Amino acid sequence: MILFILCFVLFMVGLYGVIIKRNLIKIIIGVAIMEYSVNLFLILIGYVNEGNVPILPLPEALVNKPFVDPLPQALVLTAIVIGLATTAMLLSIAIRLYRKYGTFNIRKINSLKG
Amino acid sequence: MEIYLMIMLVLMIMGSIFSLSAKDLLSAVISYGIVGFGLVISFLLLQAPDLAIVQVVVEVVTLIIMIAVIKNTTHEEQKKDFNFSAIIYFAAIAFFAVTFFVVFDKMTGMLTNFGDHFTRMRMATAYINGVHETGAANLVTGIVFDFRAYDTLGEATVLFTAVVGVLTVLRIKGKKDEK
Repeated sequence: MILFILCFVLFMVGLYGVIIKRNLIKIIIGVAIMEYSVNLFLILIGYVNEGNVPILPLPEALVNKPFVDPLPQALVLTAIVIGLATTAMLLSIAIRLYRKYGTFNIRKINSLKG
Repeated sequence: MEIYLMIMLVLMIMGSIFSLSAKDLLSAVISYGIVGFGLVISFLLLQAPDLAIVQVVVEVVTLIIMIAVIKNTTHEEQKKDFNFSAIIYFAAIAFFAVTFFVVFDKMTGMLTNFGDHFTRMRMATAYINGVHETGAANLVTGIVFDFRAYDTLGEATVLFTAVVGVLTVLRIKGKKDEK
């Protein structure tokens, strides 16, 4: 249970970065940290004590041990790649904003009308 | 093994706190790398080598993109100024923390303890027993490319959309550029 709580603390640190920080790059880092903590949480749930890696031709010594859950691993594999895509998208928008306003400070980027 | 995972998680939390409070954006990005590579080691400890491989690649690419962005723009962090609105922010953070912690407590009450997941693997057991039909040696790739192929197709669509979006955003000319 302590592992779940630590994972949750990591999520809260990312949320702190998103809400408090004024620098766009820091905000993007906060979003990425939240993403990582959620991925880690899903894999933590799917772990089985003394579990095997889910790869099939088992050596003789490991035949009686259970596999860890392969389903969250497969879905988190998808989520990691999508996370890279969203981070690249956010960074490209940050580059556009910097070219237009000359700063990363979101307090000064306030003329976003029309 | 649980103790190693705890050490890795504490290291990741320390790295993320330093990354968010660093004075220079370059050191912020570098210490953000601690979080990603700590995640790689945690995946290896949790018996998920496929995820560890993918995470290494993704982390390196993310760091390269971030450092390229910082090199082409600026790496100065704004100075801190604690005014009234900062107090409102801290109140909001405390509110969110308490709310989420209550929700988290309810939610983990429904989960099994760490490592006792074996009784809840009905879906995964069906996949494990049926993996001989797919002919895959690795169960994770068997699920990604066979049982859940439509999910993978959706992932490819999202990736394509993101690439098109990045190219579009970086190609269009802003009002300032035209002058």
